[in-house]
Amino acid sequence: MEPVIKLEDFRKTYRNGAMEVHAVRGVTVDILPGEFVAIMGSSGSGKSTMMNTIGCLDRPTGGRYLLDGVDISKLNRDQLADLRNQKLGFVFQGFNLLSRTTAVENVELPMLYARPSIPARVQYKRAMEALELVGLGERHDHHPNQLSGGQQQRVAIARALVNQPKVLLADEPTGNLDSRTSIEVMGVFQSLNEKGITIVMVTHELDIASYAKRTIVMRDGLIRSDDLVKRRLSAPEEILKLEAEQKAVQLD
Amino acid sequence: MRRNVMRSLLTMLGIIVGISAVIVGDSMGTGARAAVEKQIASMGQNLIILFSGGGSRGGTRSGFGSSPNLTMGDYLALRQEVEGVEAVSPEVRGNARLVAGNQNTSVGYYGVSAEYAGIRSWNFQTGDNFTEADVRNAAKVCVIGKTTSDLLFGEGTDPVGQVIRVNNAPFSIVGLLSPKGANSFGQDQDDVILVPYTSAMKRLSGDTMFRSFNIQAQSADVMADVQTNITQLLMQRHRIAEGADPDFAMRTQQEFGDFANRTNEIMTVIINAFAGISLVVGGIGIMNIMLVSVTERTREIGIRLAVGARGRDVLRQFLTEAVLLSAFGGALGIATGYWLAPLLTKVAGFPTLISESSVIMAFSVSALIGVVFGFFPALKAANLDPIDALRYE
Repeated sequence: MEPVIKLEDFRKTYRNGAMEVHAVRGVTVDILPGEFVAIMGSSGSGKSTMMNTIGCLDRPTGGRYLLDGVDISKLNRDQLADLRNQKLGFVFQGFNLLSRTTAVENVELPMLYARPSIPARVQYKRAMEALELVGLGERHDHHPNQLSGGQQQRVAIARALVNQPKVLLADEPTGNLDSRTSIEVMGVFQSLNEKGITIVMVTHELDIASYAKRTIVMRDGLIRSDDLVKRRLSAPEEILKLEAEQKAVQLD
Repeated sequence: MRRNVMRSLLTMLGIIVGISAVIVGDSMGTGARAAVEKQIASMGQNLIILFSGGGSRGGTRSGFGSSPNLTMGDYLALRQEVEGVEAVSPEVRGNARLVAGNQNTSVGYYGVSAEYAGIRSWNFQTGDNFTEADVRNAAKVCVIGKTTSDLLFGEGTDPVGQVIRVNNAPFSIVGLLSPKGANSFGQDQDDVILVPYTSAMKRLSGDTMFRSFNIQAQSADVMADVQTNITQLLMQRHRIAEGADPDFAMRTQQEFGDFANRTNEIMTVIINAFAGISLVVGGIGIMNIMLVSVTERTREIGIRLAVGARGRDVLRQFLTEAVLLSAFGGALGIATGYWLAPLLTKVAGFPTLISESSVIMAFSVSALIGVVFGFFPALKAANLDPIDALRYE
C-alpha cells in the first residue's frame, strides 16, 4: 500500500531578520491510509511546522513531501489550494467557524471552492449528511454562538470531511474543550478512523494522544520516537469512567 | 454590509453626495439646454439675422452699435432676388415713451415690416398684425406685448382699439401679442411695441438706414445657401472687393443658442468638478473601510484559504463587496438627486430635466468606483499567507 503522506528528509528553515531558525531538521516518515497518528512535542519542537507542511500551507526548504503521491514542492499557490480543497480536511484548536453563518453554511464552505463547481442543492445535501455523521443534523441552522464548544468542534469536523478528503488534520483539537467534551470529540475521531479515514493529530497532551494508534514525538526539529500506542484508550469506555467518577463525587 | 448598517451608510456618504451632485448637475445642464432650445424655437423658424457692423465676431452685442448701413434698396433686393428667402423684415429700434390715460411707461420699440411677426413667431392673443398697406402708408398703428399692455391698461383688459401716445404721436393699437416670457438673457420679451418701420422712421427716429434685417429661410436645408447668396448680393451692392472685410454680419438663431449654452457649460463643468472630487473622496472612504474589513476578517480569510480558496476567489469576494457598497451608494445618490432636482427648480428657479442616460452613467460610475478603490484592499486580502492569517488574533 502506498503511503498517503510521505516525508523524505524534510527540512524547514525560517529567516527571522538576520537569524535563521531551523524549525525542522530532517524528518523522514510514512503515514499509510487508515492510520491514526498523534504528533507530540513541546513548543519549538517543530510539530506545528510539520503540520503546516503536511497541510500544504507551507513548503519544505529541503527534502520532499509527497501527498498521495504528488510532490508538492513543484506546485504553485493555486495548485496547493486545490490540493487542500480535495485531499485534506482541517480541524483547529479554535474551531475557526464563520461567526455570522449557520452550521450547514459553515460545513458547505469547502465545497464553495471546489473545481468543477458543485450545485447548491448538492452542497446542501452533502453538508447535511456530514452534520448528521457527527450527530448535529438538528442544529444545522444554528449559529456558532448558539452552539457549545464541543458542538462547534463537531461542526468543524463535519466541514473537514465534506469534500471526502484523504487525510483529516487536527491541530490541538481538544485544546479549548473541557475533559468530557474532549473525550466525546476523540470518540468522533475514533469512529471516523474505524470507517477508514486517516487522521493526523497534533497534541501536547498524553491522554489525548492515547486515543490514537501511533505516536510520533518530536524534539528540536527531529523525530525522537515513533511507536504504536501501547495502552490505547477507547472513548466510550472513558466516558463511562468519567460519569462514574462524577456520580461518585455527587453522592458524597 | 448588513453587519453594521451605520458604518456602511457612513462609508457610502461620499458616493451618495457625489452621485446626487452628478444627477442634479446633469439635470441642470439638460434643463438649461432644453430651456434654451425652447427659447430658440420661439424666436422663429430658420431665422437669420443680418446686421450692419464691422463684421466682428463674438456674440450679438458687438454687432449693434455700429452705424446702420443697410438700405431700403438692400431690403428690396434681398426680398426679391435671393433664392430660398421666405420673408424679410427690416428693423429699426429705439426707446419711446408710451402714454395711455394717466399711465405711462418707457419701452423699446421695433419698427418692422408686416412680415416681422411671422418671421419671429409672434402670435396674437387679440386683434391682428398691421398690414402691408399700413407699412406703405406709414400708418400710425401698432401692436403691443402683454407686459406693456398690463402696465398701461391693467391686467385682463383688451387694449385693441385703444389709442396711445408714442413719443407724443397718437398710435392706434390693432393687436395684442401672445406672451413669450423671458429670453435666455433674462429680458422680458413681452415688454415691447411693434410699429411699421415707415412710421418709426418718419415719426420716432431719424434713421434713413437700417441696423438689421430679420430673414426667414424657406427650410433648414437652404439656410447655408441663403447665407452665401445674401453675402454675395450685399458685397456687390456695398461695393466691397472679394477678400475684404464685409460691413455686415449674420447670425442664425442656432448661433444665439450656442452662445447661451456656453454659459451653461461653464456651470456644468463646475458642478461636475465638485461631483468628481466628492466621488474620489467617497472612493477613498470605501477603500478605507474595505482595508479595515480585511484586517478584521483576517482569520476568516485564513480559513477560506485553508479549505481551498484560491487568491482569485478571495479577490473576487472582496471586490464584489466593494462594488455592492459603491453601487448601493450610487443608487441612493440617484434617488437623492431625483428628489433634489425638482426641489431646486422650485426653490431657485433653475430648470432641471433628469435624463435616462445620466442615471445609467451615474450608476456605472458608482460601480466603477467600487472596482477601482476596492481593488487594493481585495488584493491585500488575496495575498494573505494562510498560516499567518489563521494565527491572527
